[in-house]
Amino acid sequence: MKWVSPWRLRRMGILGMNCRNRDFIGSYNSRHLFPLVDNKLKTKLLAEEYEVATPRLFFVVEQQHEIAHIEKKLEGLEGFAVKPAKGSGGKGILVIIGRRGDKFIKSSGAEITIEDIRRHMSNTLAGLYSLGGKPDMVIVEDLIQFDDSFEGYSYEGVPDIRIIVFKGYPVMAMLRLATHASDGKANLHQGAVGVGLDIATGRALKAVQFSKPVTHHPDTKRPLNEIQIANWRDMLLLASRCYEMTGLGYIGTDIVLDKVRGAQLLELNARPGLSIQVANGRGLLPRLRHIESLKPRAHRTPEQRVDYVMRTFTKDGL
Amino acid sequence: MNKPSRVPFYSIIVGLIVLGLGTAWLRHTNMEIPFLAGEQRPVWMIEARVDFFASGDAVVANLALPDNPPGFRMFTEQAASPGYGWSVIESNEGRRGEWTKRSASGPQTLYYKAQFVGGLDYEPTLEPQTPQAKPVIWDGPQATAAGQMLAVALSTSSTPQSMTRELIKLLKDPSPDQNASLMLAAEPNMATLLEKLLNQAGIPARSAMGLYLEDARRHQSLTQMVEVYDGEEWVLFNPATGQQGVPENLLIWHRGNQSLLDVVGGRNSRIGFSMIYQTVPALELARAQTNDNIFSIIGVHRLPIEEQSMFKLLFLLPLGALVVVFMRVIVGLKTSGTFMPILIALAFLQTSLGLGLFSFISVVSFGLVLRTYLSRLNLLLIARIATLVVLVIFIISVLSLVGYQMGLNTGMTITFFPMIIIAWTIERMSILWEEEGPKEVLVQGGGSLLVAVLAYLMMQLPLIGHLTFNFPELNLVFLAFIMLMGQYTGYKFSELRRFRAMVENETVEDKAGGTK
Repeated sequence: MKWVSPWRLRRMGILGMNCRNRDFIGSYNSRHLFPLVDNKLKTKLLAEEYEVATPRLFFVVEQQHEIAHIEKKLEGLEGFAVKPAKGSGGKGILVIIGRRGDKFIKSSGAEITIEDIRRHMSNTLAGLYSLGGKPDMVIVEDLIQFDDSFEGYSYEGVPDIRIIVFKGYPVMAMLRLATHASDGKANLHQGAVGVGLDIATGRALKAVQFSKPVTHHPDTKRPLNEIQIANWRDMLLLASRCYEMTGLGYIGTDIVLDKVRGAQLLELNARPGLSIQVANGRGLLPRLRHIESLKPRAHRTPEQRVDYVMRTFTKDGL
Repeated sequence: MNKPSRVPFYSIIVGLIVLGLGTAWLRHTNMEIPFLAGEQRPVWMIEARVDFFASGDAVVANLALPDNPPGFRMFTEQAASPGYGWSVIESNEGRRGEWTKRSASGPQTLYYKAQFVGGLDYEPTLEPQTPQAKPVIWDGPQATAAGQMLAVALSTSSTPQSMTRELIKLLKDPSPDQNASLMLAAEPNMATLLEKLLNQAGIPARSAMGLYLEDARRHQSLTQMVEVYDGEEWVLFNPATGQQGVPENLLIWHRGNQSLLDVVGGRNSRIGFSMIYQTVPALELARAQTNDNIFSIIGVHRLPIEEQSMFKLLFLLPLGALVVVFMRVIVGLKTSGTFMPILIALAFLQTSLGLGLFSFISVVSFGLVLRTYLSRLNLLLIARIATLVVLVIFIISVLSLVGYQMGLNTGMTITFFPMIIIAWTIERMSILWEEEGPKEVLVQGGGSLLVAVLAYLMMQLPLIGHLTFNFPELNLVFLAFIMLMGQYTGYKFSELRRFRAMVENETVEDKAGGTK
């Protein structure tokens, strides 16, 4: 068991949890704005209002009795995702990619019945997946057809891109790839692969799994250093616009790349994790402090901000 | 964004610490609440024994009692005399104790016991009105002799004190002059004579009876002294030695010209004093102080005992909270439920550590086993928690019964565990188990127990219990530390390990780059 000296971490500019909570979340995120991101339904409606691309909302289930005739509402939907509005950490997300007769096919390939979907929805309404067990709502939205460029990079799950946006400036990004070990989930601590992305180019910098460097996807064996996100600037723009949309100063944006519809905002996180630093092999603090030192309203539009970070936060630069 | 100034915050922190420590110190010095548990203080136990021969009629025995003797504070007093009524009468003339009995005959013995704390600062007793010298009447020749003596003393003195000293010198002369001899012949009691002479000279003076304290003495009597008013305060003189002021080992028992002891309905009355130097717990001493000191208002000693014992636990909570904040913010330990560890630690205080740990772990593991079955029943969340609460109560009752059957009375104390909290713990652990696997359950459960044990180890220290209960204001200091830790933005201890990988990855790359 080895320890690192705190001075070493400070030199590397690593953001610790206390510092994140107090100096960034506590200082830049107003409490009253949290519900906008903690409730996926609110985020979605807000995103539609601000014309931020997001997976299409099919319908919402708010009451237990609606579940009884849910099959009517699901009629004609080939693939869809069932999500709790207030879920966290990817809990309670059920992805149906198709049908076979009466059965529904999950993303893992397993078949489930309408009864299973009903039970899942009922659990969600009772608050099984929500923070603090509060009563919740069920969102049923369009399925993401993930882009071919990610073919072979993700195992059983949607690869998503996490971008930390500070005061509207994208400061750090990583691609999260589900693995067999992570059970199709994109959470790093569960074993997903995190690929650090260069803010300037959208190219892979390095990749880690369980905090250890990896060069190939552990399941598909595809080399990770070849990754280059298409339409990178659009993706940064989408992330940057979330600042105007929510008013939150420090957020994590989860974005997926749809084959047809392009970059889509999946969800926002007002308390984004710190492991993005491990995936990038660099600390967040220098970039955050740099943004803090900028003049207020130095860049007024998302375009200006994105251009600025693409110039400034390069691989060898800040 | 402008960073708000840190000055107000740090002033609050310093203010809280100063307020807490300052109040504690003031209460310590003013009310003599000891900082250490079990501290002992010496006190003088003085017993006055009154003997007389009752003639068969109603008896009233009236004894002068000490009234705020300078340098001493009375701690307890009691009268032990079978068959006698006892009351303390306070008047302008001082305190007096009175024993009464309808009829008594034969030898009687009455006791009065009092404990005094000595060694205090001498505080002059303020007189509401300036005392006046009493008129003195002498017989013819003595009047002349007194006048001459006073004239001599007056010419060699300047203040009431020096006048008194000069008079004592004249009276104590080994070969006294004619006047002194004449006066001593008429009034052999030097103290009374001195008092009369001073009053004649226009200096207010009164007699005082003092008791010299010496450990384990019996059959002592009081020494008669003279107090002289110098215009501001009474100054004590010992006419036998000429010594001025109150010696540390002198307790002034009685002042003024009233008699020390009056017995009606008896004869041959005698009084004797015995004394012993003993120690009592300092805390008891402080508690006995029922004066309306503003500092005693903050103490909880005035509450009924039942509430006091509740406060004893309540005042331990801030320390537990401090431990939790430290372990989570500075060390970065994961716990299940933020403050659940404190509640567990409080339960440990009641059950003892080993038994508490054993019963907590067994209740939670039983609960987890039952919960896995519940999850198959597919109940709604609220109903599931409620079911768990009921099950936890049953588990606890069964464990108590088993413990009792096995002869472990301590098994009963298991009921001190907060059951709702345990039910929630089981629910959370169970979800954690399903979602993150048993390892995370062990990490968080172990973290909670570790914090609980640490908090328990701190809370069970007798010194901590003593300080938090007797100096509740010290909790302000804990509050200040908690707030201070709320400002900590440095790395957690656990992060030194968590981000270790980054440093290692970096060095690996450096090496790889070097070999290229």
